[in-house]
Amino acid sequence: MTPDARTAVAEAFTEEWGRVVATLIGRTGDWDLAEDCAQQAFAEAVRRWPRDGVPDRPGAWLTTVARNRATDRLRHEQMKTRKLREASDMAARHAPGDDDPAAEPDDSGIEDERLRLMFTCCHPALPLEGRVALTLRALAGLTTAEIAHAFFVSEPTMAKRLVRAKGKIIHAGIPYRVPPAHLLPERTSGVLAVLYLLFNEGYAASAGDHLIRIDLCGEAIRLARALTALMPDEPEATGLLALMLFQHSRRLARVDAAGDLVTLENQDRARWNRAECDEAEVLLQGALRRRQAGPYQLQAAIAACHAGAPTAEATDWAQIAGLYERLLEVMPQALVRLNHAVAIGMATSPEQGLALADELVAAGELADYHLLYATRADLLRRLGRDAEAHAAYRDALQRTTSAAERRFLNRRIQETDGRR
Amino acid sequence: MNYLMFVCMDDTATPDPEDLATMRERTQSWVDEMDGRGIRVQGQRLRPQQDATTVSVRAGDVVVADGPFAETKEQIAGFDILHCADLDEAIEVASKHPVARFGTLELRPFWEE
Repeated sequence: MTPDARTAVAEAFTEEWGRVVATLIGRTGDWDLAEDCAQQAFAEAVRRWPRDGVPDRPGAWLTTVARNRATDRLRHEQMKTRKLREASDMAARHAPGDDDPAAEPDDSGIEDERLRLMFTCCHPALPLEGRVALTLRALAGLTTAEIAHAFFVSEPTMAKRLVRAKGKIIHAGIPYRVPPAHLLPERTSGVLAVLYLLFNEGYAASAGDHLIRIDLCGEAIRLARALTALMPDEPEATGLLALMLFQHSRRLARVDAAGDLVTLENQDRARWNRAECDEAEVLLQGALRRRQAGPYQLQAAIAACHAGAPTAEATDWAQIAGLYERLLEVMPQALVRLNHAVAIGMATSPEQGLALADELVAAGELADYHLLYATRADLLRRLGRDAEAHAAYRDALQRTTSAAERRFLNRRIQETDGRR
Repeated sequence: MNYLMFVCMDDTATPDPEDLATMRERTQSWVDEMDGRGIRVQGQRLRPQQDATTVSVRAGDVVVADGPFAETKEQIAGFDILHCADLDEAIEVASKHPVARFGTLELRPFWEE
């Protein structure tokens, strides 16, 4: 294959997979058929594009080929009468000239199909792990093996998870649609939560040796981009995309040559991806102008404060602490309180930060979360209370399995050990 | 889509006294609304677990026992058969049931070939 055609197929896969699958599910209601036929359409592109040239509208070409495959398959299964009806419906809806992929009209409904797929994959009646897996399979086009690898489970386990999720959509009657207005805010936040979970899975691997799995982050960003394009009036979707871009922009600085974690204050800011920061900033400002600041926009605004500081010392911690206070109003969660404690520890004094962290400890919140103890340890170290810091670093170490985080904590333990 | 909706209550849960006082009327108005919408096909309140009997046949013998087949804190207090467009409609119907505020509604789709 010529490099051009190869690039075109790869690009089309990234851009069009979700759209092709979504369109076919919309037409046939059959998820497996949709995936199979989309797969075949891409295989066909690999064969034909080098020979015939890349079509003007690759997406339309792929959709038509996939749809024709689906129609053929359904015709072959004529015994199954219900599907036959769908096949004839599909055929009826398209004129004869339709077999020529180039003749595919630009269907304005196609964009909506993808949005429909997103809401269906993220339906709250599906188990969370099923939502994540299905989103990666149906929308991002990752293979079952790739998803299994990303979540450290075996391929049969992941295959089972996908089969169960698809089965529940059909059998429990989960509708394939964009939810009506009264459900939209709640369901949209459900979609955003799945995308953010996906990003965080990639950002901080919960187990294993690699701290950052860039692929999952990249997929989450791609899906968030698609969502913001489909829901331009949803500032929280834009806020989420901005948040992801800010965090992703630091990926090279976040880990050192040995694969160890580098905290924000010690990161080489020259290695932050400026283009991504700038894009995030523009997105965030656009979203904030709507004056409906929700959790994602506020978190992105906090990330923007860090991105805008030329050095760690120049960080506007007072503003960050203020943003965390606003975030606590809409998201009164222990994790936000912990981050607020960190910000107060910087903006006001380590004592006050420690007092807030100790409130969490006293309330039994985040008892298994290593960063609560690492935060306490850090504040204690800054107060010169090295013996207590040392103990707190040990508490943190007991609570994480990530190899990179463990190396970081072990270094701190050695440092405080020498000064005890 | 047809769903069997189990109306479940934790037998140790204590609903709001205010909830209890108006329970009967609110259940009736839920029944009236769902009957009117053509959603509720049938429904029934059930006697508690102490009135339950379990039956099985093992090695040809009919085994009869007092009580429910599984001891759980959640009791099935009643059921409704719902005819809905899709799960979202069934969720909306279930969320309007007065028991939803202190108990749990379980939606089980019918097995359809």
